[in-house]
Amino acid sequence: MTAMKETLTGPIFKNNPIALQILGICSALAVTSSLRVTLVMCVALTVVTAFSGMFISSIRRHIPGSIRIIVQMVIIASLVIVVDQFLKAYAFTISKQLSVFVGLIITNCIVMGRAEAFAMKNPPLPSFIDGLGNGLGYSVVLIAVAVVRELFGSGKLMGYEVLPLITEGGWYIPNGMLLLPPSAFFLIGGFIWVLRSVRKEQVEESEFKLARHTPVGEGV
Amino acid sequence: MEALLSLFVRSIFIENMALAFFLGMCTFLAISKKVQAAIGLGIAVIVVLGITVPVNNLIYHYLLADGALAWAGYPEMDLSFLGLLSYIGVIAAIVQILEMFLDKFIPTLYNALGVFLPLITVNCAILGAALFMVERDYDFAESVVFGVGSGVGWALAVIALAGIREKLKYSDVPDGLQGLGITFITAGLMALGFMSFGGIDI
Repeated sequence: MTAMKETLTGPIFKNNPIALQILGICSALAVTSSLRVTLVMCVALTVVTAFSGMFISSIRRHIPGSIRIIVQMVIIASLVIVVDQFLKAYAFTISKQLSVFVGLIITNCIVMGRAEAFAMKNPPLPSFIDGLGNGLGYSVVLIAVAVVRELFGSGKLMGYEVLPLITEGGWYIPNGMLLLPPSAFFLIGGFIWVLRSVRKEQVEESEFKLARHTPVGEGV
Repeated sequence: MEALLSLFVRSIFIENMALAFFLGMCTFLAISKKVQAAIGLGIAVIVVLGITVPVNNLIYHYLLADGALAWAGYPEMDLSFLGLLSYIGVIAAIVQILEMFLDKFIPTLYNALGVFLPLITVNCAILGAALFMVERDYDFAESVVFGVGSGVGWALAVIALAGIREKLKYSDVPDGLQGLGITFITAGLMALGFMSFGGIDI
């Protein structure tokens, strides 16, 4: 039971797919300018990761090694088609806003990465939990970025006004840059910085160290 | 002709795959430590995009789109929900064929591309370009131009980032930002730079 819990919570901070494994950044950044869209994307990705883990793991002994990537792709693509059709039917406006990014869950490295690294070696239930955990780890980063971008970029959360804008008689001057794509890079960079200041063991070794300053008088 | 040229410039600079749509980010960040590797990867992406986008365009227009099967006697058929599955299948197959073709006929290029070719199957920029092509309803000529243009744009971005990172390794970066963190911030600054192309209109 504790192992299960570890599989679920490990990826959220200790082994975060975005901040540490560098997986799934591709579609992560473009959808974070509004919180509502981000939440839908997170749920979609978590569902696909969890179920693809479960399905791939349950047929793992029957997949020939040489064509395993194609088999995994077919399973993942079918799940994404189901999610895509579901969103088109029940949340059409959000599915339009997400545009190609739902389809891009297929090539999202988290899904493939977990299928290859975990689901091919473990029984179905742990694989399901592992997919869920990694989906949640992805969601934590995305939601954090989306909250900052929407709150300070347009003064709203989920479309409700939180900081009254100066153009509508309030006091808050929106920071338009946060709605533009580059801000997501800065926010994720900052998120990684905060996470690694808390968890020192994740800091990467630098390739070169600056030499010590030569004290006055010692130089030639 | 003018429209095609405008589309070409737009897909390289203004709608840059990597810096405006964040596609192919994983490879973009992972394989940008050395300029040499980045050039190899960039060329591979241009070639694969230049082939797969037009092929997917043909498949969409003659097999999958609503009413596309009219030539086969099924005017009611709408197979567009199979799109995702067929695009990724086509991409995986073409990458595989390209790999065998290069291995047999142009071994020097094959060796130069090395491991990057198979990696490209799971590069979101390739699938993303196919999906954009469908969403924006490009015809065949436009899809060729769009494929090559977005490939060139992606290659340009990854080579530029690799150049910056080669210089960056000699600088004194705060501990927590070392490696991945500072790369994100660099890419963000590059994206800001590319946004300044936004006003250009040909």
